[in-house]
Amino acid sequence: MSADYKKISQDGLWTNNVALMQLLGLCPLLAVTGTFINGLGLGLATLLTLVLSNASVSAIRHWVRPEIRIPVFVLIIASIVTIIEMMMHAWFAGLYNILGIFIPLIVTNCSIIARAESFAAKNPILPSIIDGFMMGAGFLLVLILLGGLRELIGFGTLFDYSHLMFGESARDWTLSFADGYRGFLLAVLPPGAFIGLGLLIAGKNYIELRKTKTQAVKLQPVSDNVSAA
Amino acid sequence: MNRQVLITALILTLFAVIGGGLVSYTQQSTAAQIQANDKMSLMLSLNSLLPADRYDNDLTNSTLSLPAHPLLGSKKPSTAFFATKNKQPVAFIFNAIAPNGYNGKIYLLVGVYADGQIAGVRVVKHKETPGLGDGIDEKRSQWILKFDRHSLTSLSESQWKVKRDGGYFDQFTGATITPRAVVKAVHNTLLYYQQHKAELIQAATNPTVTKE
Repeated sequence: MSADYKKISQDGLWTNNVALMQLLGLCPLLAVTGTFINGLGLGLATLLTLVLSNASVSAIRHWVRPEIRIPVFVLIIASIVTIIEMMMHAWFAGLYNILGIFIPLIVTNCSIIARAESFAAKNPILPSIIDGFMMGAGFLLVLILLGGLRELIGFGTLFDYSHLMFGESARDWTLSFADGYRGFLLAVLPPGAFIGLGLLIAGKNYIELRKTKTQAVKLQPVSDNVSAA
Repeated sequence: MNRQVLITALILTLFAVIGGGLVSYTQQSTAAQIQANDKMSLMLSLNSLLPADRYDNDLTNSTLSLPAHPLLGSKKPSTAFFATKNKQPVAFIFNAIAPNGYNGKIYLLVGVYADGQIAGVRVVKHKETPGLGDGIDEKRSQWILKFDRHSLTSLSESQWKVKRDGGYFDQFTGATITPRAVVKAVHNTLLYYQQHKAELIQAATNPTVTKE
């Protein structure tokens, strides 16, 4: 069983990563990743949605007839997202104002219904929760990586606006790397998001390629080592 | 067959009811907090225009409804806040719109002291180009603070423009339209205040008259 969870985790975080491999949920991903904190905020909201929706879909999987399964999933996801939206508005008002429309739009993030349909509807509750968590975490990681990258290149800072999420005491968490850096506009504008995501995907593919290569090398006789490398 | 359909419909209804119930419960339990947040952020932005020690009234609830006026940039009635100290009007804060930004409207809060001096200007909402036009945002540059303390008398009509147009205010590298729009909107707000000063002061002195 534990090996199973390991596979679920690996799938969510790396092998089958929502953003880098399945290429789902790109609209919010590209739109909000102007800063690290924006990415973190949307990532956590999406993660929470995935966990809750996977848990509820899995819990009701025996009662719902196949014909109405999609409307029921949509209902569940929409309710969860609306509730999360209101809670964010109540407790993280600043962040809510920045993320704005992208919180309710989590409903349309295909990865959520995809996980409900392809995993939670067929598996018990605990694995479903773990799957939701790991898929969400994989998405979150890409969001903060891309957000951090764009913020760093675009504004020369990291963790700016932390106080929107962690309260006033976080106001001076901002790391400024170059005083007087005027910023690199491209990174902040939409093309920067596409280029950044492209680079991340390329990076992932590169690492995978190296992994398969080193595995291939291991399998081959010693004399072939030079040509393989 | 009929029974099947009925059960299916019932299940779907059940989920709709549960979902709707949960949402409305959350809405009820967060409504107060959300309202408090909105008020808080309004208070913060108003206080950044007008230091808290300059007035002693409940600013967020001291509003005047102003009919639409071209100088305020809106085709709809707008809300203005008035600050008083010892019942004497101290300042007004207008919701002004610069209709001709580079990417549409720029929403401003313009604070004007009773004597016609600018208390401060802040951008509430804009869609200007990041890195070029967003210098009007106080978080990005100090430009917007340049308005403080200026009035129709401290700068002449021709000085209420960006430098490229022969005026007093800087434009940004690569972005003239945005600051030009903001300068114009602030100037218009001052003109509006000049034209309506008497009625505004009157309304702020006897606030009960204006409350609907």
